[in-house]
Amino acid sequence: MEHYNMNLTLKVWRQKNASDSGRFETYPVKNISSEMSFLEMIDVLNEELISEGKDPIAFDHDCREGICGACSMYINGRPHGPWHANTTCQLHMRAYQDGDTVVIEPWRANSFPVIKDLVVDRSAFDRIIQAGGYISINTGNAVDANAIAINKDNADAAFAAAACIGCGACVAACKNSSALLFVSAKVSHLALLPQGNPERKTRAMNMVAQMDKEGFGACTNTGACEAVCPKEISIENIARLNREYMMAGAASDK
Amino acid sequence: MLDSKIPAGKLEEKWVDYKGHCKLVNPANKRKLEIIIVGTGLAGASAAASLGELGYKVKAFCFQDSPRRAHSIAAQGGINAAKNYQNDGDSVFRLFYDTVKGGDYRAREANVHRLAEVSVNIIDQCVAQGVPFAREYGGLLNNRSFGGTQVKRTFYAAGQTGQQLLIGAYQALERQVALGNVTMYSRHEMLDVVMVEGKARGIIARNLVNGELERHFGHAVLLCTGGYGNVFYLSTNAMGSNVTAAWKAHKKGATFANPCFTQIHPTCIPVSGDHQSKLTLMSESLRNDGRIWVPKQKGDKRKANDIPEEERDYYLERRYPAFGNLVPRDVASRAAKERCDAGYGVGTTGQAVYLDFKFNLINKYGKTEAGKLGIENPDIETLMRLGKEVVKEEYGNLFDMYEKITGENPYEVPMRIYPAVHYTMGGLWVDYELMTNVKGLYCLGEANFSDHGANRLGASALMQGLADGYFVIPYTIGNYLADEIATKPIPLTHEAFEQTEKSVADRINTLMNIKGKQTVESFHKRLGKIMWEKCGMARNAQGLQEAITEIQALKKEFWSDVRIPGTINEMNPELDKAGRVADFIELGELMCKDALNRNESCGGHFREESQTAEGEAERKDDEFAYVAAWEYAGESNWNLHKEHLNFEIAKPTQRSYK
Amino acid sequence: MKWSELFTSSIGKKWVMALTGLFLIIFLIVHAGINACIWANDGGVMFNKAAHFMGSTVVIRIAEIGLFLGIFLHIIQGLMLEFQNRSKRKKGYAVPMGNKGSKWYSRSMGLLGTILLLFFILHWWHFWVPARFIGHPELTELEINGVHMHNMYNLMQYTFQELWVVIAYVIACISLCWHLIHGFQSAFRTVGVSNAKYNSLIQNVGVGYSIIISLAFAMMPVSMYLGWV
Repeated sequence: MEHYNMNLTLKVWRQKNASDSGRFETYPVKNISSEMSFLEMIDVLNEELISEGKDPIAFDHDCREGICGACSMYINGRPHGPWHANTTCQLHMRAYQDGDTVVIEPWRANSFPVIKDLVVDRSAFDRIIQAGGYISINTGNAVDANAIAINKDNADAAFAAAACIGCGACVAACKNSSALLFVSAKVSHLALLPQGNPERKTRAMNMVAQMDKEGFGACTNTGACEAVCPKEISIENIARLNREYMMAGAASDK
Repeated sequence: MLDSKIPAGKLEEKWVDYKGHCKLVNPANKRKLEIIIVGTGLAGASAAASLGELGYKVKAFCFQDSPRRAHSIAAQGGINAAKNYQNDGDSVFRLFYDTVKGGDYRAREANVHRLAEVSVNIIDQCVAQGVPFAREYGGLLNNRSFGGTQVKRTFYAAGQTGQQLLIGAYQALERQVALGNVTMYSRHEMLDVVMVEGKARGIIARNLVNGELERHFGHAVLLCTGGYGNVFYLSTNAMGSNVTAAWKAHKKGATFANPCFTQIHPTCIPVSGDHQSKLTLMSESLRNDGRIWVPKQKGDKRKANDIPEEERDYYLERRYPAFGNLVPRDVASRAAKERCDAGYGVGTTGQAVYLDFKFNLINKYGKTEAGKLGIENPDIETLMRLGKEVVKEEYGNLFDMYEKITGENPYEVPMRIYPAVHYTMGGLWVDYELMTNVKGLYCLGEANFSDHGANRLGASALMQGLADGYFVIPYTIGNYLADEIATKPIPLTHEAFEQTEKSVADRINTLMNIKGKQTVESFHKRLGKIMWEKCGMARNAQGLQEAITEIQALKKEFWSDVRIPGTINEMNPELDKAGRVADFIELGELMCKDALNRNESCGGHFREESQTAEGEAERKDDEFAYVAAWEYAGESNWNLHKEHLNFEIAKPTQRSYK
Repeated sequence: MKWSELFTSSIGKKWVMALTGLFLIIFLIVHAGINACIWANDGGVMFNKAAHFMGSTVVIRIAEIGLFLGIFLHIIQGLMLEFQNRSKRKKGYAVPMGNKGSKWYSRSMGLLGTILLLFFILHWWHFWVPARFIGHPELTELEINGVHMHNMYNLMQYTFQELWVVIAYVIACISLCWHLIHGFQSAFRTVGVSNAKYNSLIQNVGVGYSIIISLAFAMMPVSMYLGWV
């Protein structure tokens, strides 16, 4: 792959803490290699800022291989930047040309308050899982793994839904700040497997109730979530959740 | 000093016997006992969930924003279990034997056998939790093969097995949080162990959002904090992976075992430049279907696809005909380094070899699929297309990942790969019960040294993490806590908490007040360079001695010239990193010391002084069949304790994969 | 779960939108079908008979109550959802996401719906209120086959002599078209009908329906203004 160097102008959201009102700062960065990852480019900038005695940009990141779901930048009007099915940490600088301006914002949603700079609090997702995103089985209770045969298509679909990394790009992209893609991925993952069947109804009801309580918006099927999902979680899952939820709610005893 | 507490009796009966005789805690008393768990990867999350289910009061800590982000999530290829679903001759004994042999006879037999025994329960448990492992069309579980074994015993979920297993454990953990049995502290970092009367009784943790120090009491403390591969700066570990928790425990008296045993993984994406912040693994499972080669001609600059078959050197198949591309990781890594050092490396840096899928795309998958579809005499293009579809299902995410990083399409051109630091077999010394030599302080998963000896086989890390958390600690911790039921929670105003917190605060203040010129990152890079060059894939006495001197100098420089921006009482990632790098520097010195002491080649540890005439590693069982457990004895000073390893069943032989 | 909880949850609200939407989609077919009688070229006889049938049949009059309930539920719920959803992101983005991932009309259902609401007020004022309550000088009486009825055709022809009215109706029909293109497939998705096998069918039928219905409605005032009927 041919590589080249570039100079860029970054406009980055800076916010000291949750109570600070925040503002954009402009930083020129020079001699960025097209082989760098986007976060390595931020590393370079941070090293310079520290040398100049300034505060480096805080951002969430950990695995840097697109699987932990920590990274969370909204780059030039798109969560995780311009590439399809991609996380910010996998974005490489060959996506940009010399002279480009790159605007970097944190995820924006009331349910994801900014902690500092580009770092947001996504603990609402953990609480949604706590509401029912599991199969209630204690360690040691399991039957043999091959005791129940599972239709391969269902197993594959469950896996595709379970590939969600909980990054929150779906919420960041949604005009309603809806978390329905995230919730539906988990409900689908477990609803598609026979092991998830006993709690299927309560799970759908409780997870949606918690999602509403956390202050996420309602889905209006615009499809923006699916378009930006780094793991290509399908919006089909939302339809499945809608179905699961109404069946559960309408058929519940109470 | 080191009592491994291995139960008496026959190897295959030890664990059953132990479970039958260990002390138990009754349910009412469990509710009074508090357990602190640091780290929420596979080991930590599974332990927290299991102990919560049993009724203990658990507090779990992770430095990430959610327990679901722990780096276990990045494990790709799979998890081993002796299920023998394939009817290909697998058994608990074989898994045990392969693991001991793969570990080059530097692991404890009893631990490894227990691991092999519980491996089958892990798969059952995970399936019951809803982990969507790959399946056959008949609806039953599928397996793939991995390096160092001749059976197919690896369960997998595409190239995201670690993710699926961690999500399973995370969900079990969150369920316990919802039930009130576990309290979760995310964005918290453990900075010291609190010792009261010789027992671990709590931790000092820093809230990474506001910088405040917090005191937490526990009747026992479990460290499940992963490996220390980031001491090399560049590794496949996550950016935040660190040794701090284990290192603090070490300084409080826990011995650190076999620190020099690091695993260099043969198939990683090569370094592209100085800006590199981490390396990305390409799963070992790819070696099932990829063939590794370099050009036969030195410095051949032609494109990979332009080099004809007869001018390619499939050096693993040539050197190790029995195992071929599936030799264990350490062997494959050294062979790649040997070729590159000899000038046959490819890519711009010459520090890479090819991993080529074309042959199997066409011959293995393409032809099988064509056969299924009844296509007679298919042309190469058809075979390629059919083969690609199968490979996409097996490893699609890995191929995509490769293309995102390098901009090259690995279906068309061979991947360029090079070894990189991946896993650390060394860690805190633990006995059979997973307790360190500090009472009440346990260590699980990659953070301990126990099961992999000098080299870990592929797909065994996930197995060990979950074995420790789901199936070992729930039994062994009871054996200790049964005697602690009368211990009342120690008030957080106890002087041990006061003093420990003060020492932690003092260290942070000292760091902040250095106000030097060099960034934390620059020190970390320099440390990594020393470690990689002198304590990396091949080591020698002279290099290691130089490394020790250089690291000591680096440490001085760090503590006099590091620059940390910002303040203490705010989110300050640079400060977090500074504390971790300071610990890495100290660990680096110990690793070199351990590597220097171990004048033999075994597993991932290759001493140039100890090799056969053919350049293969030479183990010295007479002198080094022991676990080197280092006790901290003040700055740059350690005492060595040896736990001798007895091999009653798996008799050591020189490993041969030829 | 109580019914009240079910239908006030975020998904329940969407179900209300979808079910009322689907009901209105069916209503639009009926409405368009009856109005299409103006093109019978019989001086409005067929149309007036049809209109009279709709206005005088008990079953239809009862259904009309359901229709109004549906419309108002759809409007109120829609507006509430729009405002609630907007409030979920107090601090917005400096660079909007725009069309990177969604269509403008999918994001603008609130706006399109509001245009339609304004249009309805005008539309009711033009036809429904005079016919049902206050009368209109141009709403004459006539007798067909011995049955007395309003000459709605006459009122229509009168109303659509004003250019601005025709333009307003055409704009409303364009809004309706976009509203339906999203609404049709979205309603199916919301009620859980989504399956690779049917998705393209639903998508295509939805687009076809939206265009045909909206075009039919738009052509009515245009035809009358231009004197085609």
